Amino acid sequence: MVSYTTPFLTVPNSTQFTYRKSSWWKRNQQRLTPWIFLFPGLLLFLVYVIWPIFNSLYISLLQWDGLSPAIFVGISNYVELLDDEYFYISLMNNLKWLILFMLAVPIGLGLAIFLNQTIFGIRLIKSLFFFPFVISQVVIGIIFSWFYNPRGVIGPFLDKIGLGNYAILADENFATYGIIFAGIYPQIAYCMILYLTGLNNLNTDQIEAGRMDGAKGLSLFKNIILPQLKPATFLAIVVTVIGSLRSFDMVAIMTQGGPYGSSNVLAYYMFETALSEYGYRMGYGSAIAAVLFTIMMFYILFFIYRMYQGEKKGL
Amino acid sequence: MRKILATLIAITSLGYSSAFAGTLVINTDLTDPAPKAAFDWAFKKFQEENPDVTIEVNNFDHEGYKQAIRNFLTTSPPDIFNWYAGNRMLPFVRAGLVEDVSDIWSDTGWVDGNLTEGMSHAKKPMTIGGKQWGIPYTYYQWGVYYRKDIFDANGISVPTTWDEFVAACATLKAAGVTPITIGSKYLWTTAGVFDYLNLRTNGYEFHMALTKGEVPYTDPKVHAVFDKWDELVKPGYFLENHASLAWQEAIPPMVNGEAAMYVMGNFSVALFKEGGLTNDNLGFFQFPEITPGVPMAEEAPTDTMHIASGAKNKIDAKRFLIFLSRADVQEEMNKTLGQLPVNSGSKVDPDPFLEAGLNMLNNAYAMAQFYDRDAPAEMASEGMKGFQEYMVNPDRRDKILERLEKVRQRVYK
Repeated sequence: MVSYTTPFLTVPNSTQFTYRKSSWWKRNQQRLTPWIFLFPGLLLFLVYVIWPIFNSLYISLLQWDGLSPAIFVGISNYVELLDDEYFYISLMNNLKWLILFMLAVPIGLGLAIFLNQTIFGIRLIKSLFFFPFVISQVVIGIIFSWFYNPRGVIGPFLDKIGLGNYAILADENFATYGIIFAGIYPQIAYCMILYLTGLNNLNTDQIEAGRMDGAKGLSLFKNIILPQLKPATFLAIVVTVIGSLRSFDMVAIMTQGGPYGSSNVLAYYMFETALSEYGYRMGYGSAIAAVLFTIMMFYILFFIYRMYQGEKKGL
Repeated sequence: MRKILATLIAITSLGYSSAFAGTLVINTDLTDPAPKAAFDWAFKKFQEENPDVTIEVNNFDHEGYKQAIRNFLTTSPPDIFNWYAGNRMLPFVRAGLVEDVSDIWSDTGWVDGNLTEGMSHAKKPMTIGGKQWGIPYTYYQWGVYYRKDIFDANGISVPTTWDEFVAACATLKAAGVTPITIGSKYLWTTAGVFDYLNLRTNGYEFHMALTKGEVPYTDPKVHAVFDKWDELVKPGYFLENHASLAWQEAIPPMVNGEAAMYVMGNFSVALFKEGGLTNDNLGFFQFPEITPGVPMAEEAPTDTMHIASGAKNKIDAKRFLIFLSRADVQEEMNKTLGQLPVNSGSKVDPDPFLEAGLNMLNNAYAMAQFYDRDAPAEMASEGMKGFQEYMVNPDRRDKILERLEKVRQRVYK
């Protein structure tokens, strides 16, 4: 036993010594490996996210048409924003988007519960409900523009029931709501699918236990099912908020911000001033982008804080 | 003597061509059937005449081109690209991305003087800072397209004065016909109406001063234009819900007989005819006189070809522009385009709309390009938004004009 252990102990000792002396890499391997794996991602993140952010913040201080030499103008683009009617309209519309888009979450939950059954053909029905999310936003935008066209579906229908033919997308008061309604249509499907997967993973023991304790109907749903769906709810809210702040394609397809800028949102207004047919104001567009970025940043920080708190509690 | 000189120049330029022969890269957005056919013909013809040059065409889609042009002019400039006259080319000229082609407009060895002769009337819109920056190859008239049969049925003759025009609208409205159709979703159609109202109320000089930013939008003369516009907007003479329609979508009401007139460019004729109208029931008349004595200037947007300043093959590019300015080439191309050749030596197809347009433009006091080509991009976009808002809410006129004035002070400072 003794004769056996001595050589066994000395051998690794000597090798360890040579390792330490010979290779800096071996010593720091543990610390370096994660960074090496992260490197490609970090590089891309730096080039495609971090650098553009600072670059557009810098451009927002310039007066530049994208072609001629730029002139440094300080914060005058931001000062101009404060006096820009269209900017406030866009900001208000973003707010409308944010609030109304939230309806997608409860509606999606309702649909998910409705579809969470085991009857023949339910898979087909589920996929039909999910269909709006699969087709492109552009296609949805075009289809809804046809619906809203005074010669399309809704106008003649309103005319028939005596409300008068109405061009929703040409009315400054309703255009935004028309677009939000179209935008919410695929978002509901998205929230629904999130909740459907959530419902699949419900803990049946808890429900059984709840039932035994006399919970049913609404109280069962509120106290036992909804808390278990919390991760799904969280995710649904996150994607919905992001979806509403990103609202660009629908606006671009359906109204181009019109009539006369009344359905504009910040993302599209930024595009319009900097990049569209008549837009040559890179600096001003970047200033709008900076404002949009700030709004998103607040939200993202809140989101990260919540996640951090959750993990602290969870772990 | 002149002939000899011309041959001499031809020989030297031939000598040039063999020395500098190569590929000619052309970027265009001329992908619609008619322009594409016209240019395919022109490219083929040019290559027949210049077998030493290979033409390479990059076609862009129409909307994408407006963004792509900024990128390709700065990063990988072609030899030749198409664009528009007037202020629309200003940002590119100012940024030094367009080649000065004044030499082919004057007689400095490139042409024997024919260019300035046949195209002198089109020189002004191509000029920025005393230099010429491209060659115009086609243009078309704007005016009022109308349903002859509806006018006849209501006993209306073609109006030549403003009072007659407004009276015609009133008669049509009373007969249950929308007097004027328009689709303002993409804004620019409203600018056609504004331009003509301004050209007729205040004249060409004032219109140019306004689009050059020399006159405030709150000027009483601008208000006078909107007073006239009020006479059409307030009684509801324009198509309802026009803000939701593209310009093409405003054509069916006229084809169906629900509307009688459209203030439009000649390119609309093709769509009218596709919808079933013929030369018998579709007519054209000049926008009527408003202020008596104001010379009649017309709206005639010009399409142009330019050389990029970064072009690799400028010699062949200039040869192509000269080729494009020739009377016979413009004649043939515009037959396909269904538009008017710029070169006054070209003949026009016997088409009532083209003949009416040519006649009108030949007698025009001056030619405006169009609001969004005469005014700089920023002003144009805000201006047209304002026109659309006014047409929906005529009561907001003062607020809109004040806003436009604010934009003017910023844009032209």
